[in-house]
Parts: sequence; structure tokens; C-alpha cells
Amino acid sequence: MCTVCGCGSGEVKIGGAVRPRGAARKPAATRAWKALGEHQHEHVHPDGTRHSHPHEHPHDHDHMHDAEPTAAMAHVEDGEGHLHFGAGPAHAHVPGLSQAQMVKIERDILGKNDLQAEANRRWLAERGIFALNLVSSPGSGKTTLLVRTINELAGRVPVAVIEGDQQTEFDAERIRATGAPALQINTGKGCHLDADMVGRAFERMDLAERSLLLIENVGNLVCPAAFDLGEAHKVAILSVTEGEDKPLKYPDLFAAADLLLLNKVDLLPHLAFDVERAIGYARRVNPDVQVIRTSAVSGEGIAEWLAWIERGLAGRA
Amino acid sequence: MHEMSLAEGVRGIVEETVAAQGLRAVKAIVLEIGELSSVEPDALAFCLEAVLRDTVAEGARIEIERIAGAGWCLECDRTVPLAQRYDACPNCGGYRVQPTAGTEMRVRELEAD
Ligand SMILES: Nc1nc2c(ncn2[C@@H]2O[C@H](COP(=O)(O)OP(=O)(O)OP(=O)(O)O)[C@@H](O)[C@H]2O)c(=O)[nH]1
Ligand SMILES: [Mg+2]
Ligand SMILES: [Zn+2]
Ligand SMILES: [Zn+2]
Repeated sequence: MCTVCGCGSGEVKIGGAVRPRGAARKPAATRAWKALGEHQHEHVHPDGTRHSHPHEHPHDHDHMHDAEPTAAMAHVEDGEGHLHFGAGPAHAHVPGLSQAQMVKIERDILGKNDLQAEANRRWLAERGIFALNLVSSPGSGKTTLLVRTINELAGRVPVAVIEGDQQTEFDAERIRATGAPALQINTGKGCHLDADMVGRAFERMDLAERSLLLIENVGNLVCPAAFDLGEAHKVAILSVTEGEDKPLKYPDLFAAADLLLLNKVDLLPHLAFDVERAIGYARRVNPDVQVIRTSAVSGEGIAEWLAWIERGLAGRA
Repeated sequence: MHEMSLAEGVRGIVEETVAAQGLRAVKAIVLEIGELSSVEPDALAFCLEAVLRDTVAEGARIEIERIAGAGWCLECDRTVPLAQRYDACPNCGGYRVQPTAGTEMRVRELEAD
């Protein structure tokens, strides 16, 4: 279990079918890996000085051998910013007389997700499907907005929805009530959708060509930012009851979005929410983000949101 | 951030390497985690200890190399140091700074038998 966000492995259910996580890990061929070899890293120190050096170099390390790693453990950090954990044998970058060898890997930790996301993106492009990944905190109004969007687009554009929640089919059922197809992914303990879950969802859905696919991510302002699903755009939704400061408190999510919907603006007369300040904070982490003020209740901004979608669809079709 | 998901990603990469290269035991895992990546190294090491249990990398030493943040300021037209991902340019105070170093989340190498 993650001590930070609570995400972890567990059962993932896609459209009600259980998929144990981790069961499908397949070894890949070594030659497929991209070994970057020696390369330079430029280090900029807090005092502003900077130097470059090759990646492989001896360091002075502070070690914490024989220490049990715990989340509460204070870490030791040297000037170059190295941290050591764990209870392994005495450390040597260059193995001495032992059989130990250094095996170069040089792979992004989320590289597998990024590869699957690219595959999803190609799959969508081949069919002219315009996919949006809606990210926000729980309760910002995603499903309500999707229902309204589907109703407004009815008869003009085919729309399908992938719903991500830890538990329940509630949101997929709300979407199906509009007549649009919806597949529910239950992530169990997982706090975000990943590209693999979404790719599997494609296989189970009969998605129309030249259609709109709306993916409602798990309500969470942290993890969904890091996982590309293969969408055309991430759309962040911030409802006015959440406070203006969220773009600065959870910057990765607002930086990853191309469009920000400032939602539930019908409630503004009842709140002290400062719209300009919220937008200013969002632009600080993402200077180019577009903003639309929306309310699924009053209908404000819905026409502008639909026009933004139709421009995206036209770009794809 | 999502340290448990990252730990599972590391385990996947380690297991693939172990299978592909026929390694017997992994003694150390060297990671590069940039200072702008919003990953908590302590939490990642903690999660790794848990997910590596019952693998050939159980108990492996985890080394985390931090890579300092830097960005390209569009206003100043040069590289500037960045302590945090969304900080203003220390030179001009503007926010149009594209990170160029410090966002890394990589498995660099293993020490193995
Ligand atoms: N006043 C007002 N309330 C809204 C608006 N949109 C949604 N709500 C209410 O906000 C609550 C949450 O709405 P949902 O659409 O379920 O939010 P969500 O983001 O899908 O929630 P999760 O999927 O659980 O994260 C409900 O009580 C809605 O009626 C809006 O534009 N204005
Ligand atoms: Mg919902
Ligand atoms: Zn998480
Ligand atoms: Zn500048």
C-alpha cells in the first residue's frame, strides 16, 4: 500500500470482468531496450553554479546500510543528491572481486505506460476517434457534465464513455441512462486509470469511427497527471467550491491539461471564490491553458465547451 | 505522487531484465529521480521494499540519484536553475520556464549476480 496516496495493486475490473494486476507481465527482449549509454548531465546547484559531467562517475556517498527502510526514516543526502536505502551488502559502483556485475538499463519507470499510450493513440487515430481524459478531484461534476454533453451532442456526434472509479458502476449507469454506451473500469485500490486498462477497454467497446470518446478518470488531483492514456487532450475540471489554490497545490495535474473547465459557476453568488485568482494560478503552472467557465446546472459555458469539442473532432476527422 | 505505481513499474523493469539476462540475484537497484518529479524518495524506497519481496531483488539496496532541476526560460533565452517544477525564473521572475532537467524517473542500472 502506498503511504502517500493509497494507490496500489489490487483487482481491476473492466466492465465487470476481473483482471488480476501483475498477472500479465511478460518479459521483453533485451534488444528492444534503448540503452542510452554514456551521456552528459548538467547539474545546476542551488547557488546557481553549474557543471556537466558524464553519467558514470565516482561519487562520495553517504550510506544507510543495515537500516530498515521505512517511510519515516530520515534520508541522507550528499551534495550531488544521492539517496541510499536498504540493507544490501557494502556498496561499490564498480564491482570488485565478487561475481557482481553492473547491468545498464536506462529505462523510464513509466515507459511501459507511455508505450501503451502511444499504441492507444494510434488505434484512436486510425478510427478518427477524438478522446478526452477528464481529470479532477472527486465530485467536481465530471459525470454531470458528461451527461449534459452527451444530451447536447445527441444526433450530431456519436459519444462513448469510459468511467474510472475505484468501486461501483454508478457513473456508467448514469451515462447509459442517456442512451450512450459506457464501460466502467473499477481500479480497486488504484487511484488512476492507466493506458493498459484503457487499451483493454477499447477491445470490449464497439467504438464508432469519427466519434467522441470521453474518459472520466478516477477523482484524484495527483496520480492521473502522470499517466498518459493516449488521449488527444487532458481536460482538468475545477469546481468553484474547491478553492482557488488547487492549481498551485496540485500543479502537475493542471500543467498536464490543455483545457481547464472552471465548473459549477452557478454557485459563485454563494461563495467567496475569486475566479481571476484561480485562473491566474492555473496559468502560472500552465501559461497556455485555455479556460472555460461552465455549469451543467445553468448551462453557462456549455456552448463554448461543445464548440471546443467540435473543433477537436474536426481536426481529427 | 503515486509511489506504489512507480515501485511496481520498477519491479516490472527489474523482472524483465532478470529474465532476459538470466540474472540470479539483484543486489542493488540504481534509480534516477529528478528533483522536479514530485516523487518522494523515502516513500518510493518504502514501496519498493514491499513490492520486491519474494522476487530475486528482495532486500536489494536501493540507490536514488537526485538530478537537480533546470529549465529554459523563454524570456531570458537561457537555462536557469529550478528548485521546484513551477517556480518562477530566478532571473526575470516570469513563469515561462520549460523544465530541461530534473523531471527524470528512470531505472539506470542493476548490480547483479
Ligand atoms: N451547483 C452545481 N452542482 C453540480 C454541478 N455539476 C455537478 N454538480 C453536483 O456535484 C455533485 C457531484 O457531481 P458528479 O457529477 O457526480 O461529480 P464527479 O466529478 O463525477 O464525481 P466522482 O466521479 O465521484 O469523482 C453532484 O451532487 C452534482 O449534482 C454544477 O454545474 N453546478
Ligand atoms: Mg463521476
Ligand atoms: Zn496514486
Ligand atoms: Zn527568465
